[in-house]
Amino acid sequence: MATLFAVSTVVIVLTPLVAIFGYLVYKGFGSVNWAFLTQTPKPPGELGGGMANAIAGSVLILAIGSLLGVPLGIGAGIYLAEFGRNRFGDLVRFVSDVLNGVPSIVIGIVAYAIVVLRQKHFSALAGGVALAIMMVPTITRTTEEMLLLVPNALREAAYGLGVPRWRTTLSITLRTATSGIITGVMLAFARVAGETAPLLFTAFGNQFWNWHLDQPTAALPLQIFTYAISPYDDWHRQAWAGALVLIILIVSSVAAVRFVVRRGTLGGVA
Amino acid sequence: MANQALFRPQTAGPQPVTGAQSKARANPLLNSSDGVFADRAFGWAILGCALIVLLILALIVWQLVSRSQLSWHAFGWKFFWGQDWDPVNDQYGALPFVYGTLVSSLLALIIAVPLAVGLGVFTTEMCPKWLRGPLSFTTELLAAIPSVIYGLWAIFVLVPILRNYLQPFLAKSLGWTGLFEGAPYGIGMLAAGIILAIMIIPIISSITREVLQVVPQHQREAVLALGATRWEMIRIGVLRNARAGIVGGVILGLGRALGETMAVTMVIGNRPEIVKSLFAPGYTMASVLANEFSEAAGDLYLSALIEIGLALFLVTIIVNALARFMVWSVTRGQPARARA
Repeated sequence: MATLFAVSTVVIVLTPLVAIFGYLVYKGFGSVNWAFLTQTPKPPGELGGGMANAIAGSVLILAIGSLLGVPLGIGAGIYLAEFGRNRFGDLVRFVSDVLNGVPSIVIGIVAYAIVVLRQKHFSALAGGVALAIMMVPTITRTTEEMLLLVPNALREAAYGLGVPRWRTTLSITLRTATSGIITGVMLAFARVAGETAPLLFTAFGNQFWNWHLDQPTAALPLQIFTYAISPYDDWHRQAWAGALVLIILIVSSVAAVRFVVRRGTLGGVA
Repeated sequence: MANQALFRPQTAGPQPVTGAQSKARANPLLNSSDGVFADRAFGWAILGCALIVLLILALIVWQLVSRSQLSWHAFGWKFFWGQDWDPVNDQYGALPFVYGTLVSSLLALIIAVPLAVGLGVFTTEMCPKWLRGPLSFTTELLAAIPSVIYGLWAIFVLVPILRNYLQPFLAKSLGWTGLFEGAPYGIGMLAAGIILAIMIIPIISSITREVLQVVPQHQREAVLALGATRWEMIRIGVLRNARAGIVGGVILGLGRALGETMAVTMVIGNRPEIVKSLFAPGYTMASVLANEFSEAAGDLYLSALIEIGLALFLVTIIVNALARFMVWSVTRGQPARARA
């Protein structure tokens, strides 16, 4: 009886997962074509067009977010692991856990307030700032966890050779934990890559190409949202295509980084 | 220096050699540095990073509080009891959104909790070894799907199923409760609750799994030795011990559901009304922000929206803090793995 119940929960839970992936692949592959990947959107109601500018915009916004968020998160993680066993460290830990739970739409409001209102524009930069804020807590905590796994004997050996502490931390400790830290960074990246809510009123979206950081910029999740709630069949088709491309982008970037790390070009001692 | 304590190393062992001694060696790691100065600069730099993390939270609180002042002074507590949301006449009451957020999240919990706990129990207690890895991997995968894709799927797959099959069935069998009345649009509170449930199942089940794993093996053995069946063993020996942790996981799921924006916005129908029937469209705090924020003309309008954001922020913080405390009380300080 209990077993039956447990097995049926598994089936019930896995059904939507299989359904979501199945639909994504089925609808997505039927809709992705060359025009979708190379053209900008057509005016409402017209057939054809694509999301090339949104794909590029997403890459741009994610690049800004990573440039701001990754160093900050890793720095704070280093602080927590190497110097953070005190009241102040506990406070930073607590705050980053709190930040982790802040709804993404609220982070969008804050990015709007501090960047958009100041620039008087929706902009790629504002979107990047919002995503960076979302990346920091995850990266901070995983960096700390990974650094704490590095055996103290390694640090002591370096000190024993007369290596100064900053050099020890950067070249020995951090190096040893590289693959773990990169995994954490990729987790954070994958989490924000599909975020829509914080981009709604920061990056805002754009129907045309844009490479200026201070102008409204299209993003793939935003475009999927707009198309999904539109009344046009062709836009629905493109929303599925966009969703498939988004998932492929996320999975392939995570896989690529992992592959490079495993090959040892970036990997450290471990 | 007052801040010296902040840079105290954790190693009990030997301390780094700094200054003149370190410069003399021919080790490549030592060449480029003057130990004391570089160490101090490095220490300040990473302390700066840690401070910025604090600063971000302070900035969030400060921006939300200062920018919602206008609305707070205009409406006070009445803001959360008012039912009129009328941007044209500058009248703002947030009750329909608060109601929508609470009802859709509770609905999600009612659906998700039995399933997620069942899944967690199955993976730790009954599952054959070869299935355990793939099963937890698949549930983690469910957590990695962006919420806009959940929304897309909900619009084109879930909503038609609700409209054509589930809602007529519910109306016929449970219509007398008043919860399942009215035209079956598909879109509405019920759709939002179901999609939220699907989204929070991975969080709750991964915490359940984690908590069940720390229940000592001898608890299980002791109950089994008393002649209990497997079901009794799970109920008495495992679940009872892990209760606080599981509740913590559930609350963590609640925190996620409260703040979830995109998927809900796409299927809830976006109408600021309080209706008893779950078939009716509703509106949540997060979705009103998503829909109206970028078009809010007028200072009071914007300020009222930001006040909703502030309320959402405070509620999720409290819920998350509570959840983390409860999970922690079971796993004893091993950090909760699920990133909510």
